[in-house]
Amino acid sequence: MCDTCGCGDTKLVPVELHERLLAGNDRMAAHNRAHFAKHRVLAVNLMGSPGAGKTALLEATARAVGTSRRLAAITGDLETDRDAVRLRSVGIPAEAITTGSACHLDADMVHHALHHDAAHGADTLFIENVGNLVCPAIYDLGQAAIVVALSVTEGEDKPLKYPVMFRKADLVLLTKVDLLPALPDFDRGALEEALARVMPAPRLLEVSARSGTGIAEWVAFLEARRVTAAGVAASRAAHETHQSMTRGA
Amino acid sequence: MHEYSLAQALVARIEREARSHGASAVHRVVVRIGPLSGVEPDLLVTAYGHLRAGTLCAEAELDLAGEDVVWRCEACGTVLILGSALCCPDCGLPARLAGGDALVLERIELEVPAHV
Repeated sequence: MCDTCGCGDTKLVPVELHERLLAGNDRMAAHNRAHFAKHRVLAVNLMGSPGAGKTALLEATARAVGTSRRLAAITGDLETDRDAVRLRSVGIPAEAITTGSACHLDADMVHHALHHDAAHGADTLFIENVGNLVCPAIYDLGQAAIVVALSVTEGEDKPLKYPVMFRKADLVLLTKVDLLPALPDFDRGALEEALARVMPAPRLLEVSARSGTGIAEWVAFLEARRVTAAGVAASRAAHETHQSMTRGA
Repeated sequence: MHEYSLAQALVARIEREARSHGASAVHRVVVRIGPLSGVEPDLLVTAYGHLRAGTLCAEAELDLAGEDVVWRCEACGTVLILGSALCCPDCGLPARLAGGDALVLERIELEVPAHV
C-alpha cells in the first residue's frame, strides 16, 4: 500500500547502474595511489599464503638495502601485531592493521593507516597483506606493484588453483629455495607452466630470506618498478595538467 | 569470505539509489559476475540473503548474470584457447583479458508509489 493515499499502487522503475561492486574501493585506491605518487613512495602489495615467508622476505630486504632506502610497512593480520614487531626490530617502521575477522586489506584500511603516518618519510612502502590466496586478490590498494610470495612446499599447481590472485601479479617470488635440496620432487618446469596459463607476462624469481639467494635481484626489481611508477605518475600528472589547461582555454 | 563485505556494500549502494528515487522497496537486483571476478556466486547469494533482512532489499531477488572468460591478443585480435599459455600463438605477445572478471551491479528494479 502506498504511504500517501493507501491506494496500494506501485510502479516498477528500472534503474540502469552498470557500476562495479568495488567502485567505492576503487575510488579510495585511486586516492591512495595519488598520495603515493605525490610523496614519491613505491607501494608494493605483498600477498601470499600464511607462512609463505612474506615477513621474512621483508626482513631480508631490510638487511640488503641497509640505509640506502627508507622502508616502511603496513602489516595485515586477523590478530596480533607480531609481524609489525618483527619488522620494527630490523629497522622498518611498521603499522599493524588487525582486521578482526576480515580476510583481506582494502583501500580504506590502508588509507586509514596512512593517516597514522604509516608511510611518513619512506620511499618504499610494503603492504604485507593478510595471508590468504583468495580474498585479498580483488582489492586494489593503490599499489604500484603486486607481488605474490609462493613457498617451495606449497605445490607447483597453486597458480592453477588460485588464478585470480596470480593473474594480476607483476612478480611471483618462489620463497624458501634453501629448502629445495630436501624436496627432490619439486618441479620448477611445472610451476612455470602453471604460471604461464594464468599470468599473461609471467615473471618468477627464486629467493631465500635465509641464505640471501635472489634478494639482490628482488631489490633490483623494486628499483626498476620505482622508475616505472615515477614515469606513470609523471605522465598522469601531465595528462591532468593538459586537461585542466584545455578546460580553462 | 569477502562475499559478506561485498554484499554489505551492495545492499548499502542499492538502498542509497532506492531512497533517491523515493522507492518503497526494491523488486529485483541484477549483478554480472565472471569466473575471474574472485567472487563465488553461491556465497554472494547466501551473504546477500542474510544481509538484506530489514532493508529495502528484503524482498528483492538477486539475479546473477554470467560472463565468459576471454583472453585476446591486443596486437592481432586472436582469441586464445582457454587453458593454454596466455601469450598469442601467432605474435608471441602477452594476451589481455577481454572478459570474465566482471563484478558489476547492472540494474535494479524499484517499487515506487504510483503517484510520486
